[in-house]
Amino acid sequence: MAELVAVIASTHHPFYYRASTAPPEERPPFADAWVAKIAAFRETLTRANPDVLVMVGSDHFHQLWLDNMPQFLVGKAPFYDANFYNEEREFGLPRMLLRGQEDLSAHVLREGLDAGFDLAFSNELRIDHSVTCPIITLRPKADLPIVPIYTNIFAPPLPRPKRFVDLGRTIRQLVESWPSDKRVAVIGTGHLSLELGGPRQFGPHGPDPEFDRKAVEWIASGDIEGCLSEVTLDSLWEPGNATHGFMDFMLMMGVAGEGAKADYVDTLDLFHTMEAYFTWYPNGVTA
Amino acid sequence: MSKYLIDKFLFTVDRDPDLVERYREDPRGTVDWWETERANSILGCHSGEASTWLRFEDTEREALASHDYVRLFELGAHPFLTLTLFIAMFERDYDEPLAFQKEYGMRLQHFSLPYPDIAT
Repeated sequence: MAELVAVIASTHHPFYYRASTAPPEERPPFADAWVAKIAAFRETLTRANPDVLVMVGSDHFHQLWLDNMPQFLVGKAPFYDANFYNEEREFGLPRMLLRGQEDLSAHVLREGLDAGFDLAFSNELRIDHSVTCPIITLRPKADLPIVPIYTNIFAPPLPRPKRFVDLGRTIRQLVESWPSDKRVAVIGTGHLSLELGGPRQFGPHGPDPEFDRKAVEWIASGDIEGCLSEVTLDSLWEPGNATHGFMDFMLMMGVAGEGAKADYVDTLDLFHTMEAYFTWYPNGVTA
Repeated sequence: MSKYLIDKFLFTVDRDPDLVERYREDPRGTVDWWETERANSILGCHSGEASTWLRFEDTEREALASHDYVRLFELGAHPFLTLTLFIAMFERDYDEPLAFQKEYGMRLQHFSLPYPDIAT
């Protein structure tokens, strides 16, 4: 069976690409510290030596739209074009092309359906910055095949937080039951407290530092029960109107497992959001 | 209430570079054209199938036609869609990075939780 060699949860900040590639005179003052943190975070994936990446993210109204909105969707395609015109326009993100691991997609869909998740699928999926940001930060060569899994954290009605955790647990089981000798990393991205298009946006730090502190502690310590006891669809409006993206972190806590302490934890307080980076090695990692 | 249609306008305009410019330069004309020609297009149908019933309410049409993002927030337009499109149209008019985004937030300061419902 396949081996789950790393579980990685991260924020996906679309400004990173431009901040890290701009010429020195145009780089923001925080760029160097950010690049250093990303380099260290990248090493946590490199050390796991993965063959395949399962990428959990959320389409930001790019290909998925309100006339036919899936709650959870698995890409099953040999290739995925990536990034959209408006991400190029606003963030300077490059167009990309990623290979797909289609047999793992088929396994996730078949076994996921049988496990009780009515997963939607797409045979022609263009992926957006929720997936390409972690490719850029963690695997900039973009040389590994992927299985994209999209969640709806964006267009109410949303699945409840526990459903995200349960899907994470199931994704882990599906990866570990995949009849393959491949080494698989599961990488998911979301947000801590975040406000976009509301009165608390683009402040000097994230809109709710206290939520961020608790969220980092829940994730780092694998405290799924504690997190679920406080986080609801209603409560997530309070830290910021885009904070439902935190449910993708909860999904990744489900992949990592109850009580699983992260092997690597780092954060970076930026001007309007806190960046957070976590890595677990379910079976350890060679030094 | 046709929050869905407001969102559909923001979505389809934002993702078309020509429409972004057209809406910036001629908001009222673009909204009128879009409501007549595009509002009923079923985006998931490739062969031009259309609905028959979608139209803006007067307050919604006016908010779009006057570039009134504060009113759009109040009406429950999806804030990510509104923000993204308005950045595309107006960020260029400000000298400092994020100056437009900060002004946008300031103009919404009178809203407190719970914010207007964005469910469609």
